[in-house]
Amino acid sequence: MRRWLLWVPLALFAALLAVVASGLFKPADRVVRSALVGQPLPDFALPPIAPGKPGLSTATFRQGRPRLLNIFASWCIPCAAEAPQLLRLKAMGVPVDAIAIRDTVPALTAFLRRNGDPYDRIGDDRQSAVQLALGSSGVPESFVIDGKGRIVLQHVGDIRADDVAGIAAAVRSAR
Amino acid sequence: MRRWPWLAIVLLATPALADPVTPPARLAYTQLRDPAQEAQARALMATLRCVVCQGQSIADSDASMAGDMRALVRSRIAAGERPEAIRTWLVARYGDYVTYDPPFGAATWPLWLAPIALLAVGAAVARSSFRRRAR
Repeated sequence: MRRWLLWVPLALFAALLAVVASGLFKPADRVVRSALVGQPLPDFALPPIAPGKPGLSTATFRQGRPRLLNIFASWCIPCAAEAPQLLRLKAMGVPVDAIAIRDTVPALTAFLRRNGDPYDRIGDDRQSAVQLALGSSGVPESFVIDGKGRIVLQHVGDIRADDVAGIAAAVRSAR
Repeated sequence: MRRWPWLAIVLLATPALADPVTPPARLAYTQLRDPAQEAQARALMATLRCVVCQGQSIADSDASMAGDMRALVRSRIAAGERPEAIRTWLVARYGDYVTYDPPFGAATWPLWLAPIALLAVGAAVARSSFRRRAR
């Protein structure tokens, strides 16, 4: 009888314990990121939704200047929380466009009046179709697009005050 | 008591709405006319992960984005697209994470091979213990 075989179950148990403990101390990253980062922005053309503001299409992102594409909705609370940061980016000279997910004209107009309006264009995505085409998994999300229409950065979740510098730098280096 | 005005405020407060007010997509909760196409769509939806609610398939979830994903699946199948082409389209955007039917790859090979390996170990154990008894 090979006596060392006696220790195999204990060793397996210790290994299992190590796996579980490491999962406890370092939880898995549950953020779903778009697989399109580094690739061209998918083709889309969305109608306008905000009064007096044009809709949004892929052509806007191929004009040689990097832009920030914000995915938001008036019904999304973190979107209101990130509004001041978008206004700051706008003030720093970053052009900001947006796709409004499942929104209505009155709700969106009230949202922009309440939280400020950093957007050059807003596209109306009634059934999240463009959001799905972008590989975006919720609101808010922001994409930095270089002048040739390539996605260089995805920011999942609301932009906090300490994310502003990093996003502005990404826009500068995408030039 | 000084506490009760606060209690009244809490009780009267309405929760903030954090869901879209727009109606769901037409095909989110409506079956396709053709039963064969609907069956294809259902089989696909049961193996696609809702990216907002993560633990559920889009067939099980009531999140608005899952509804929009069901509408996307149904409208593409109605347009004659093959289910595997739709899965590939979604995987190109969300990665393998979006499918509950993971492809065989560098990260998933233990998942596919472990059952076979365990079966082989079980067979070896059974064989040696039967032999011992026969002796």
